[in-house]
Amino acid sequence: MSGARPALLVTSGLLLLGLSVSVAVTIGPADLTPAEVWRSAAARFGWGESPLTRLREGIVWNLRMPRTLLAAVCGAGLAVCGAVMQSLLRNPLADPFVLGVSSGASTGAVLVTVLGWGAGAVSLPAGAFAGALLSFGMVMLLSHSLGGSMDRVVLSGVAAMQLFSALTSFIVLTSADADTTRAVLFWLLGSLGGAGWTDVLLCAAVLCLVLAVCLAHTTTLDAFAFGEEAAANLGVRVGRARVLLLSATALLTAVLVSSTGAIGFVGLVLPHAARALTGSSHARLLPVTALAGAVFLVWVDTVARTALDPQEIPVGVVTSLIGVPAFVAVLYRVRRKT
Amino acid sequence: MNHPVRAPGEGLRADRVSLGIGGRLVLDGVTLATRPGETVGLLGPNGSGKSTLLRLLAGVLAPSAGAVTLDGRPLDRVGRRAVARRVATVQQQAHTQTELTVREVVALGRIPHRRSWTPMTPADLEAVARALERTGLADRADQSWHTLSGGERQRAQIARALAQEPGELLLDEPTNHLDIQYQLDLMELVTGLPVTTVIALHDLNLAAMYCDRLVVLREGRAVAGGTPSEVLTSELIGEVYGVPAEVTPGADGPVVRFLRRGAVPPGRADRS
Repeated sequence: MSGARPALLVTSGLLLLGLSVSVAVTIGPADLTPAEVWRSAAARFGWGESPLTRLREGIVWNLRMPRTLLAAVCGAGLAVCGAVMQSLLRNPLADPFVLGVSSGASTGAVLVTVLGWGAGAVSLPAGAFAGALLSFGMVMLLSHSLGGSMDRVVLSGVAAMQLFSALTSFIVLTSADADTTRAVLFWLLGSLGGAGWTDVLLCAAVLCLVLAVCLAHTTTLDAFAFGEEAAANLGVRVGRARVLLLSATALLTAVLVSSTGAIGFVGLVLPHAARALTGSSHARLLPVTALAGAVFLVWVDTVARTALDPQEIPVGVVTSLIGVPAFVAVLYRVRRKT
Repeated sequence: MNHPVRAPGEGLRADRVSLGIGGRLVLDGVTLATRPGETVGLLGPNGSGKSTLLRLLAGVLAPSAGAVTLDGRPLDRVGRRAVARRVATVQQQAHTQTELTVREVVALGRIPHRRSWTPMTPADLEAVARALERTGLADRADQSWHTLSGGERQRAQIARALAQEPGELLLDEPTNHLDIQYQLDLMELVTGLPVTTVIALHDLNLAAMYCDRLVVLREGRAVAGGTPSEVLTSELIGEVYGVPAEVTPGADGPVVRFLRRGAVPPGRADRS
C-alpha cells in the first residue's frame, strides 16, 4: 500500500512492454536481431543508418511492428474492459467475450462488411459498436429479468455469445465470399494477422479515450465494491456511472473487435492477475491491468504466429487455452467466498 | 440529554413523505425530524416501511409526495456527493466479492470527499485512522474483510460510515443476526457517536435502552412518536405487532416482556 509501489509497478510495466515489443518484433521466419531492429528504429527518428535491407525494413515496419503494437493495444483494451465490467457488474467472471459483447460486435462488423455500408474505417467500428450495445443490452435485460445473480449473468452471456456467433457465421457463409472459412475463423476466434497502421492508430486513440474516462472514475468504480445502493450512499450517481462506463467498454470492445475479431478471455484473466499485484483500488488496478494485458497479448500473439510455423494458430485459440482454466479457477475462488 | 434547539428545517427531515412501489403505498405521509446529536429509533413490523424511509432519508430513493430536506434544502437539489458528505448509511447487510482489507473498506467512506485518481490526503488518512480507532478495529485494519465475523463486518461498515465524517448516520437493523453481546456493543458504539442517528430496530428493548426518541411505523404510516416511555405501551405493541406484551419501567427505560398468546396483560386485567 506504499506510495512508491504503484509507480514502480507502472514504470516496470512500461519497460517490460517496450522490451516485449522490441523483442517480439524480431521473432519470426525472417531472422532479425533486437539490435538490428533498434538501430532501424533509431534510423526512423533520423539517428544513424538502418542496417536492414528495404525488404527487411518492410517486414519490420509494415508487418511485424503494426501487428505487435495492435496486440499490445488490444490486450490493454480488453483487459481494462474486463476490469471495469467486473467491478460495475460485481461479477468476477465478467469479460467482453464471456458476456457476448465481442460476439455482438463481430456480428455488427460482419453485417456492415457484407452489406457494404459506408467507408470501412468508420462504418466497420460503428457497426461493431451497434452490435456490441445490442448484445450487451440483451444480456443485461435477460439476466436482470432472471434475478441478476452472477451465474445468471454468465448464462445470459453464453446465450448471447452463441446467438451472435451463429449469426456471424451465417452472414459470412451466405455472403458468397471466396474466403469464407477464413473469415469465419477471423471473426469468431480473432486474429492480429491483417493489422495495419490505421488499425493501430484507431484502436490506440479509442483506448486512450476510454482509459481516460475510466481513470476519471476510479473512486466511482471503487464505490461499487458493496453494490449499487452502497455506491449511491457514497455519493455516486449510479445510473449515470453505469451507462457511461459500460458504454465506454462496449465502444472500446467494438473498435478492437472490428480490427482483430473476437479474442476471448483476455479481459477475464488479466484483471485477476493484476489485482494480485495491486489490490483492488482502481487507481492502481487499471493502469497495471492495461500494461499486463498489453504484455500478455504481445507474447500470446508471438506464440500464436510462430509455434506451428509456417502455419498460424488463431490468437483466440491460444487465449482460450489459457483463459478457460483461469475461468474455472475464478469459479472455485468465488465458491469459497460465498 | 441536552440538545441545542435548532430552527425548524435544520438537519435532516422527512416531511409528509409518501412512496408507492408497484401500485402499493409503501410510505404514506410520514414526517420525521431529527434534533442534533439524538438517536431516533425506527420501529415497526417487517414491511412497515422502515427501510424505505431510511432510503428516502439517504436520498437513494425519491419520494413521490412530500420532501426530504437537509438544512431546509430538498435532497435532490443538494446533490448526491454533497449528501454523502453529510449523511452516511449502514445497510442491513454488506456483501462483496472483492478482496479488500478492513482499512480499504473504511477508506471507501472517503470517496465523497475525494477526487478520482488522486492519492488520499493526510486528512483522508486521518479520518480513516480515527474511524478504525473509534470502532476498535485499528489492530485488524490490514486483515481481509472476508475473515471478519458478522459483528465485526457491521463495525467495519460503521467505521466506513464514520470515515464519511457525517452529521447524520442512518442504520438499517444493524443488530440483525448478531449475538447479544455484539448487539449491545454495537448500540453502545452507535449511541456514543457525536452524530445524529436514525436507526431501524427490530428489538423493542434495545430501542428502549438506547434511543432518545422512537417513531413507530405500521403499514407505511407513523402511528406513534415520542420518548421510549411514551411510545412503548402494551396497547401500542398489541396494536402494531399484534402480540400481547407487558411493559414495566426499568432503570434504562421501559422493559418489554412478551406474553404467551391468550394470556391477559396484567394492566388490562384490572380495567376489564
